[in-house]
Amino acid sequence: MASLRAQWNTNHSRILFRLGFLFGALLCLAILVLPAFAQAGSGQVTDDEVNAIAKGLYCPICESTPLDVCATQACADWRQVIRTKLGEGQTEAEIKAYFLDQYGPRALAEPPRSGVTLTVWLLPILALIVGGIILLRYFRNSRTTKAEESVAVAPIESPVPAKEVPEDGDYRSRIESELRDMKR
Amino acid sequence: MIADLGYAALLIAFLAAIYAVAAAAHGVRTKQSRWVESGRHATLIIFPLVVLACGLLVTLILRNDYSIHYVWSVSSLGTPTYLKVTALWGGQAGSVLFFNLILAGFTAAAMARKWDNELPIMPYAIIIASITQIFFLFLTVFLENPFARIGAVVAEGGFPAILINGPVTYIQNLFLRPEFVPPDGQGLNPLLRHPGMIIHPPMLYLGYVGFTIPFVFAMAALIARRFDRGWIRITRRWTLAAWLFLGVGLILGGRWAYDVLGWGGYWAWDPVENSSLLPWLTGTAFLHSVVIQEKRHMFKGWNITLIIVTYLLVVLGTLNVRGGLVSSVHAFAQSNIGWFLLAFWTFMIFFSIYWVYQRRDQLKSTGEIKSFWSRESAFMLNNFFFLMITAVTFFGTYFPVPTELFTGQKVTVGAPFYELVNGVLFACLLILMGIAPLTMWYRTSTRWLGRMILGPLAAATLAVVILFIFGVRNWIALLGFWIVIFSLILTLFEFFKGASARMRSKGESPFAALAALISRNRRRYGGYIIHIGVLVMAFGIISTELYQQETQVRLARGSSVEIGDFSMTYTGIEVNAGADDLMITSANVDVYKNGEFIRSLTPRTELYTRTRQPMTIPAVRSTLTEDFYVILVNWESSTNEAATFRIFLNPMINWVWSGALIFIAGTLVAAWRDPADEKIKAAAGARSRLAVGGAAGD
Repeated sequence: MASLRAQWNTNHSRILFRLGFLFGALLCLAILVLPAFAQAGSGQVTDDEVNAIAKGLYCPICESTPLDVCATQACADWRQVIRTKLGEGQTEAEIKAYFLDQYGPRALAEPPRSGVTLTVWLLPILALIVGGIILLRYFRNSRTTKAEESVAVAPIESPVPAKEVPEDGDYRSRIESELRDMKR
Repeated sequence: MIADLGYAALLIAFLAAIYAVAAAAHGVRTKQSRWVESGRHATLIIFPLVVLACGLLVTLILRNDYSIHYVWSVSSLGTPTYLKVTALWGGQAGSVLFFNLILAGFTAAAMARKWDNELPIMPYAIIIASITQIFFLFLTVFLENPFARIGAVVAEGGFPAILINGPVTYIQNLFLRPEFVPPDGQGLNPLLRHPGMIIHPPMLYLGYVGFTIPFVFAMAALIARRFDRGWIRITRRWTLAAWLFLGVGLILGGRWAYDVLGWGGYWAWDPVENSSLLPWLTGTAFLHSVVIQEKRHMFKGWNITLIIVTYLLVVLGTLNVRGGLVSSVHAFAQSNIGWFLLAFWTFMIFFSIYWVYQRRDQLKSTGEIKSFWSRESAFMLNNFFFLMITAVTFFGTYFPVPTELFTGQKVTVGAPFYELVNGVLFACLLILMGIAPLTMWYRTSTRWLGRMILGPLAAATLAVVILFIFGVRNWIALLGFWIVIFSLILTLFEFFKGASARMRSKGESPFAALAALISRNRRRYGGYIIHIGVLVMAFGIISTELYQQETQVRLARGSSVEIGDFSMTYTGIEVNAGADDLMITSANVDVYKNGEFIRSLTPRTELYTRTRQPMTIPAVRSTLTEDFYVILVNWESSTNEAATFRIFLNPMINWVWSGALIFIAGTLVAAWRDPADEKIKAAAGARSRLAVGGAAGD
């Protein structure tokens, strides 16, 4: 019993030691990493963060130029606006809403999914569905025509019970497989 | 004097085009072939006249004659000679004249051919081709006269006063002789001074104009009630050539954007880029679809619709680029020709619809699709997908126009929209591309098809699993790579199948078998080579779009930045004067990969002081695995010469350009005349002439 307790104590302390070591390491890591967080929080916004948001915006005055690419002074100023807002802690959605409010939908890379511009998103889907339906109906019609043909071919009046007209598909695939065997 | 001569040549060409229409129409109405011949001669003479006009304009530019407005606007004393020549298409008026040059050249070549069996459609071809020429020559002669003097007066007043003022000021301007001639010109737009940009407009125009010829022949055949197959055979090489030029123009535009514009990419779904993509899409569908008409007399309705839509998209594209319909980075040329282009476009829509309706009996198919699993069906699906991509791209490109008209607000449909929707559609096309060669005419046995696909399916899945193990986790990339590998194996298998059959039956060596296989069937195997090129490009595009890394950072002199496996140290900056009015600011950076020094690069900005137009030229280090691409965004002369850099790591991007080269090679193979083929065609032609008994002109 005593040995068990001793064992448990040894195991326990081993575990505790390891846990403690782990905790200490994590603490050191946290101390190392923390300044980075603190830096981002205190307003040191990186160019990459600005560009990430500018990518989703278009220059409000130039022609079809994304805001992260546009080289004019006006665009540089707008990127500075983004930088300031990021420093204040605004989110991407808030910044985009600001640009939408100030300059209208042309400032956004994607048309907003509401109002009139919703059609930009709906119409392609609609076109695909409509196109797909037309295509399906065409194929169904051609298959019905084929079925009608094979019925018409079969004899209508016959004293002998009409033999089943062989399925076109099987016949062809048999020919194909025989041809293939010939090739080999 | 020279300018007046040039203008006179254009005016005569314009009148000749009108005469051609009148003569051909009269000839076909009264069944007098000599009038039709006269009309044909008129179309032939337009070309040398326009060549003369172009030559004279270039002469004026080379002579630095700044009394001519166009010369002043596109050149300067310091412009190098080769750029003075290419300045012919450097501005609006010259560009429209250049368009006319190519249009006249292609039309003359098409009209000059031996008509033989197709003689009945010639009058209509003359008429339709000449209508197009009338319009574009009208633009040059009356609206965008490249020989206009400097100080030309612009007509005042709105509608309807402009109807009087317009012609009056026009005639006044013809006799204008400026008192003050500027000592120097404005200089060529800096964007146009780079090699890629010099060749890009001619290529696109060759493609645009090239597609008008199949349109002319198709409509003429339709109107003449000879819509079967003849016109397809005649126009096959035209269509292929136009399609190739347009494709090359698109690729060059992308390459130029990547090399010179400095935003790290090659395609932005810009409205003007889309304008040249749209006719290419319908042109590709057309190219495939006519095969069905040739082989099975089907898809006639599809084909006439596709070529009409292609032609209309060409005109609309011209309207967009030259008239600034949807303003974009290309629209440096907005003028009054927009309304006229719109009017012409509307006229051609009604013209086409009228004749398609009038001759709808010509469009009835003599066959039909018997099974979903057939080659005809595959081509039908091909048409469907290309049309869907066209519709989506068209809609996204032109959506801002009615929106602005009705709501007063301008909307931007940017890259994310297209990438999402078109990405899915292109993926479907890539799968179809791999499977289609396996399909048979009329019907394919689904069991057999399934067995043939099983191998490549398994191989592609295995490859993707391997990629996953090696760290590729993006599921879109995995799916994309799967599709590319799947279709690539199937396409390569076609070569293997054919070559091994030849090896077995003729005992040829593998290389000889492959060469003979391709040579004997250039259209088919050229087409497969094109498909391989597309798949290689797709691989590059998927990789670079999904795995691009970028960073922007402000570096003090001597500092470094890390991105991916690379690091870059900024060592210094210098400012130099270049040719003409150029000021170049170049930064020196050292690039390291995994700690090892690779090379130095020099990203720079160029400022053209006269027009105050800046350009950022990137510096790129290219390998097959990736591009290290760096732009000098900004630099400060006051502080410690700190400079801001933007760096892109573009993985596999050079596969896009390599794939493009394969694509071009494949097109050349497909278009190359086969002497054996020619002999067969000639014999067949001779036989049919004997049978018809010489009454070729029914």
